[in-house]
Amino acid sequence: MKFTWFHLMPYRFLPDDFKKKYHSVWVDIPRDLYDPKVGHRLYNDYLDQLEFADHMGFDGLGVNEHHQNAYGLMPSPNIMAAALTRRTRNANLVVLGNSIALYNPPVRVAEEFAMLDVLSGGRLVAGFPVGTSMDTNFCYGEVPATLREKYFEAHDLIIRAWKENDQFAFNGKFTKLRYVNLWPKPLQQPHPPIWIPGGGSVETWDFVADHDYQYSFLSFFGYKAGKKVADGYWNVMAKKGKELNPFSLGFAQVVAVAETDEQAERDYAKHMDYFYNRCLHVYPGFADAPGYRTPSTIKAGLTGQVGKNASITREGLTWKDFIDDGYVIAGSPATVRDRLREALKTLNCGHLMILQQIGSMPPELVRKSTDLFAREVMPHLRDLWPGFEDKWSPHRLPANEMAVPAPISFEPPITNGKTQRRGASEIRSSVK
Amino acid sequence: MKTHQKLCDGKFSVEMEVVGKGEPLLFLHGAGGLTGADPFLEDLGRNFKVYAPHLPGYGESTGGEHIDDVIDAALFYHELMDELKIPSANLVGHSMGGMLAAEVAALDTRRAKKLVLVGSAGFWLDDNPIPDLFAADLDDLPAMLFHDPKSPLAQMMLAMPWDDQELLTAMYVERVKRFSAASKFLWPIPDRGLKKRVYRIAAPTLLLWGESDKVIPPVYAREFHKHIRNSRVHTIKQAGHMVMYEQPAEFDKVVTEFLMS
Repeated sequence: MKFTWFHLMPYRFLPDDFKKKYHSVWVDIPRDLYDPKVGHRLYNDYLDQLEFADHMGFDGLGVNEHHQNAYGLMPSPNIMAAALTRRTRNANLVVLGNSIALYNPPVRVAEEFAMLDVLSGGRLVAGFPVGTSMDTNFCYGEVPATLREKYFEAHDLIIRAWKENDQFAFNGKFTKLRYVNLWPKPLQQPHPPIWIPGGGSVETWDFVADHDYQYSFLSFFGYKAGKKVADGYWNVMAKKGKELNPFSLGFAQVVAVAETDEQAERDYAKHMDYFYNRCLHVYPGFADAPGYRTPSTIKAGLTGQVGKNASITREGLTWKDFIDDGYVIAGSPATVRDRLREALKTLNCGHLMILQQIGSMPPELVRKSTDLFAREVMPHLRDLWPGFEDKWSPHRLPANEMAVPAPISFEPPITNGKTQRRGASEIRSSVK
Repeated sequence: MKTHQKLCDGKFSVEMEVVGKGEPLLFLHGAGGLTGADPFLEDLGRNFKVYAPHLPGYGESTGGEHIDDVIDAALFYHELMDELKIPSANLVGHSMGGMLAAEVAALDTRRAKKLVLVGSAGFWLDDNPIPDLFAADLDDLPAMLFHDPKSPLAQMMLAMPWDDQELLTAMYVERVKRFSAASKFLWPIPDRGLKKRVYRIAAPTLLLWGESDKVIPPVYAREFHKHIRNSRVHTIKQAGHMVMYEQPAEFDKVVTEFLMS
């Protein structure tokens, strides 16, 4: 069993009356609500948390791409992954991922992922999401009717750019390039493992199965709701005669660990509420542009995670509802162990995307929950899925070939004019 | 009468309403499409032979995957006119259909005998942005589309069968199909360069607007008027974007008089 510690990087300080007073957390959220000084603190806190997860032995660190929103502050997850390459040693960098239809030309993604792979010594997982309707259609103006066609073309171009040793010309419908000749090329050859994050589109399952990629279902409604999608995926895999290898399914789950079940509620309840009722407060009109989902997905009855129905369902939910409905797995280490084991077995899932910073949760709680999980839960679940080979994790350089950043020293303190560089004193105290 | 027409060696199949007799009149519908209850077509049929095709992606018309942009769409209408043996006709286009009718007329100036653009899309004015109908809340649509959102007509046209899940899904899928086809011309900004080509339109042109059109406000009629040399503006009172449904008698009178003059 593998664990990726996933960060959404939310804005933690939306006002209490946000849901009542504001139209949407995404697309047209007022810019006044973002304070870049607070943002500075948040980015650095969040990178600290990811680095701590590396230290605690998680297999992967997860980041992803969203635009014009307070739900996740990473228009470019590659920047966060780049920041993580230097101060983490062990964990894989799971960039889940770049919405490849949005880049012009899409070889930009092939280049940046190759850079990250080389920089990290082959620790990259390359994620190719279509992207939410809010991000792709509304923020980036992609025509819904052609988004998926453009996505598939971008995918073909990126894979060829990685795989083909000789330069080639690419005459696509959306991208035309006379010279495709990728420098640098990825360290993992021919390319990093590819994970396809999805929200439950039926076409994505065929695509994943046909290419032997890993499918990551990024739901926030827990394993009970996720079962329908997981079953749909496994049915497609079975029909195509593919191995039902648990490592080919990733699943995102909100998890919060405390000393006892009661303490978990006291610690985390309000932050869960913040997440479900503020971070996911998306105006329904932005959730599903016409043509974003295909008629077959609509007919399959797979409703989106955001939008009117989702929002109504969540109205007035209590901590008990979050727990009972499986949105959140929380409690003492023993409780979390049992429920998570049940969830993973139900889903046949070998890669857990664990969400431990959620909503407005402050750093000290994130650290506690992560620490408890790493020490008292994770080791007890490692035994799941013996006999299956994980074909979807990176192949990094051997330890003796990995470059190590040179140590930095701030003695004597470096000054920039009159102002001493902020952070220097903190680093000094931690070096002692 | 409903007909089904194959075009371009079967690339397209076109469902079409054909009404009345007289000089040919090709009606190009808007992004919402024909509703199945479109009495203005019957009215026009008293003096014209009205052809109202469903654009591929709408109703039973297929082949939308062969239309990527307004040029493809205009050539589709050229093909259809040739197939119907009406290489030149009166063109009447509403909203998105106005945008496409203007393209049909600009790309080949012989196609339009006369042109009527009704609440037409095709331009973008920064000072008068067109609201995002794709993202509009269902509850807000009546006020956007109609002069009188409380009228029985507005309520009926936008009624949803909330307690019939099957019908609701079918309607939703059809709406997605239609708007998805329309998104190729209208998303995210309904401007595909018509202003570069519009000067070519030679046919006498009527720019017909509902006075309280809130989707494409009458200021756009004046913009079209600036660029089309042989054009005039007529606004109809107590009508919004769905002018031919809201004021059918005046709509019919003004269009018929213009086309027959």
